Amino acid sequence: MTTILFIEQVLNGLQFGVMLFLMAAGLTLVFGVMGLINLAHGSLYMVGAFAAAAVAGATGSFLLALIAALAAAAAAGALVELLIIRRLYARDHLDQVLATFALILIFSEGTRWLFGSFPLYLDIPDYLSGPVTLPGGIHYPLYRLALIAAGLAVAAGLFLLISRTRLGIQIRAGESDREMIAALGVDISKLYTIVFALGAALAGLAGALVGAIQSVQVGMGEPVLILAFVVIVIGGIGSIKGALIGALMVGLTSTLGSIAMPALFRMFMDNSAASATGSAVSSMLIYILMAAVLVWRPKGLFGGAV
Amino acid sequence: MNREFLINMVLLLGLAVVPLWAMAGDAPFTITLATKVAILALAGVGLNIALGIGGLISLGHAAFFGIGGYAMGILASHAQSYTALMEWPILIEGTKFMPVIWLVAVAASALAALVIGALSLRTSGVYFIMITLAFGQMFYFFAISWPAYGGEDGLSIYVRNGFPGLNTLVPIHFFGICYSLLVLALWFNACLAKSPFGLALNASRQCPERVETVGLSPFRLRLTAFVISGAITGLSGALFADLNRFVSPTMFSWQTSGEIMVFIILGGVGRLYGPVAGAALFITLEHFLGGLSEYWHIYLGVLLLLVVLFARGGIIGMLAGRQVAHD
Repeated sequence: MTTILFIEQVLNGLQFGVMLFLMAAGLTLVFGVMGLINLAHGSLYMVGAFAAAAVAGATGSFLLALIAALAAAAAAGALVELLIIRRLYARDHLDQVLATFALILIFSEGTRWLFGSFPLYLDIPDYLSGPVTLPGGIHYPLYRLALIAAGLAVAAGLFLLISRTRLGIQIRAGESDREMIAALGVDISKLYTIVFALGAALAGLAGALVGAIQSVQVGMGEPVLILAFVVIVIGGIGSIKGALIGALMVGLTSTLGSIAMPALFRMFMDNSAASATGSAVSSMLIYILMAAVLVWRPKGLFGGAV
Repeated sequence: MNREFLINMVLLLGLAVVPLWAMAGDAPFTITLATKVAILALAGVGLNIALGIGGLISLGHAAFFGIGGYAMGILASHAQSYTALMEWPILIEGTKFMPVIWLVAVAASALAALVIGALSLRTSGVYFIMITLAFGQMFYFFAISWPAYGGEDGLSIYVRNGFPGLNTLVPIHFFGICYSLLVLALWFNACLAKSPFGLALNASRQCPERVETVGLSPFRLRLTAFVISGAITGLSGALFADLNRFVSPTMFSWQTSGEIMVFIILGGVGRLYGPVAGAALFITLEHFLGGLSEYWHIYLGVLLLLVVLFARGGIIGMLAGRQVAHD
């Protein structure tokens, strides 16, 4: 019983972790290459989820919904980059924080105006619904397994993109020396738009994929954004590998903590007090993890000098 | 002294005159709005010490705002239900006496700022922004999942806490209290900025290496500033909770942190009275645009974007011209 529960929670943690990775990867790329802190990344996640819900509602196809999410988030990202974000690269972080905070307000209220305040629902397609039986007799939802697989596939693709392609070379070069690659004839502003749109597309994909297991509503992006920040702080800014490991650590800590903490407190408290204290402590656990990493390595596990 | 001084005095007098005029016109709601401006400006004055002088971009000041609010809520709810807060090892009872509540709010938020600051000031730049944001969110989730004080629903306090000699339920009396505290905080901030500590803090924003060379520790300067900053924001949280007679986890939400920062930006970064101008503009917009459209945050967002992109000095910067304290 408890091993089954444990394995289920590990899988849940992995699923949560890979979705956090999709968010954190875009953020960390944008920071690494352009030196920009983007609070509006959560809004792009929301844009992806709403685009998917709208297209799935109109066509009934989950695959089209995912494509729409990717396209809508990438387009929104590119548009925002062209209009506003590129004016911010040379500014200090305070201006970046405030301008992207303003973008959150505009995106959130704009979405509320278009779609209303009620949550939308995105259905899991038939071919991915229902449980599968894993070795050991564990029943686990197929969709969540598919999320883990999709997240890992995207992570692998991203690693290949960064390490093997011409675009990846330019991105890595942009991280280490922006002026130099501009001097070598790379169109740096086009590169910035591409990187921003790529990050936005990853966020939009995460929004659509998670939207099918949660409700799609205004403000869904920001809690995930803040967790993605925790991931980046743990993993180190600019490091895709750090983002992956940090995301899995946060995902696992969050899901395992929510069963382990009440159980831990039950050893020396009565049942109801233990579950109350346990859930309160487990809600803080990932931040405690972040604090511990900070004390140990202030630049994150894989962060270089920033 | 100069135009900025004149603008500051007009702001301060204006904030006092509006509620007096509203009292004469029997418009208690306007007094409440002015009280809200004074309280939120106080929160901004707190953040401005860290942000304006110290250059510390904290997106987690909602933590201190909320701690101040909950300090009030917890003490007053125990006094309201005649139960002790703690019986062992020492007896601690709730209270409805404002000065004690303020003291607890200030002490609790200063302590939280000390811990958060000691951890997050190990880093700088973007890391600092993300970490303070994350710690703020930690308090938010803790407040939601801790059932003893209302959890997600928050805590209602039926009668506003008392202050000797005043009837705090009369709007203008409560406004007087909040306004006086705001003026005190502004005065304190002005003294602080001119003190050796303030100058050193200012220098450690501009060039930490030089500060270190002359034998001062930028880390300690920043941590001290962060603690003072958190304490003042905590005080404003206690007042805000008293204004609404209600505390809820929303006080801890990241939007609250963002809004406190927005006051400073709208008013003008590094300007002593920036938060006052910003909070006044924010509440005015919220009241009038909020009446016109449900979606007034769009207009706020656009305005904020325009200020950040094209009018970096904020309102005071526009009116008083350059000569900036911020580099």
